[in-house]
Amino acid sequence: MDWTWFHKFGSPPHVYRLAGVLTPWFAWPAVAAILAGLYGGLVLAPPDYQQGDGFRIIYVHAPSAWLSVMIYATMAAAAFVGLVWRMKVAHAVAASCAGIGAWFTAVSLVTGMLWGKPMWGTYWVWDPRLTAQLILLLLFFGYMALRAGIDDLGRADRASAVLAVVGLVNVPIIRFSVDWWNSIHQAPSVMKLGRPTMPMDMLVPLLLMLLGFTLYFAAVLMVRLRAEVLRRERNASWLKEAVL
Amino acid sequence: MTPRRRRLVLVLGILAGVSIAGALMLRSFNENVMFFFDPSQVAKGEAPVGKRFRLGGMVKPGSVQRAPGSLSLAFVVTDFKLDVPVRYEGVVPDLFRENQGVVAHGTLRGDGVFVADEILAKHDENYMPPEVARAIKEKHGGVMPVDPSKAAKEQAAR
Repeated sequence: MDWTWFHKFGSPPHVYRLAGVLTPWFAWPAVAAILAGLYGGLVLAPPDYQQGDGFRIIYVHAPSAWLSVMIYATMAAAAFVGLVWRMKVAHAVAASCAGIGAWFTAVSLVTGMLWGKPMWGTYWVWDPRLTAQLILLLLFFGYMALRAGIDDLGRADRASAVLAVVGLVNVPIIRFSVDWWNSIHQAPSVMKLGRPTMPMDMLVPLLLMLLGFTLYFAAVLMVRLRAEVLRRERNASWLKEAVL
Repeated sequence: MTPRRRRLVLVLGILAGVSIAGALMLRSFNENVMFFFDPSQVAKGEAPVGKRFRLGGMVKPGSVQRAPGSLSLAFVVTDFKLDVPVRYEGVVPDLFRENQGVVAHGTLRGDGVFVADEILAKHDENYMPPEVARAIKEKHGGVMPVDPSKAAKEQAAR
């Protein structure tokens, strides 16, 4: 089997160029999907029979929560590749994921709290789902702090990668917390086997928002990855040729 | 074994070890991770005795009684097998209604009445427009059935 395509991803100049080319291809569809999703969710979709217009926060809350977990999985997978194959670019990908993931996690927590006060009657309870999501935020913070705390780049890469892989344990806990334990958080409406418990005119904008958020993540990841590669390769000769 | 292979085994080993440790920990903490107990668990004695805990379930249809001129409230929490009567005094959240999920925080009295000092509503995963909900309720004699999404699908199929 020819592994050239895979080894090419280990080459910083190649990845730097590729990320630059891909950025607009992710960014513009992201803008289109998010605008369409917002219009569909905030204007076209009917209000919910119990929550009225309050349910519309789902169009930001649910995609942020999905993305937070998806980004963590991406980060851990990249860290894993970096650990085992000693691929520096993979460590750069993992490092670029952390900040974006922390933001999405924070957005999911804050929007959830704003929804929880009027609907549940409280901003916060120490419920399994809510606590696991808070731990995800702390994992992102811990990962970033660990990286920042070690001066040697190679050691920072490896130590933070171990933390990222170990934290992967939290991902199934977040997903299945509402099934394994009694939780105040509702079961999933969309991400489950069988049909979604939501009519089409509410569901389609939600899926558009998920698509848009995912593309947005990809676009920001490309921009951050370029910056990360620049920082790591600041003394490399290919960079002088590429930039000057 | 090549160095790469050794690293692969090492990292997978760490992940497997941490997963097993996590699973064992969550199993042994099961009772503390449980956010609430349903009436059947309370009857089986799984809820902590003599301590505050959370009781969760559905508000039984027709069981909500409000004392006029006060915030006192009495209702029954059910899991469709067993019932627990609840007393509460205070304001309830918007989503508190019959046949809806509820989580009450308080203590179980000797006579089997649960005295709550905090009521939280538990929302379910069903979303639908008000017109559909109205049509379903009319069909089911003014009460939302237990599985609203299934009813909504039947409503759409008609």
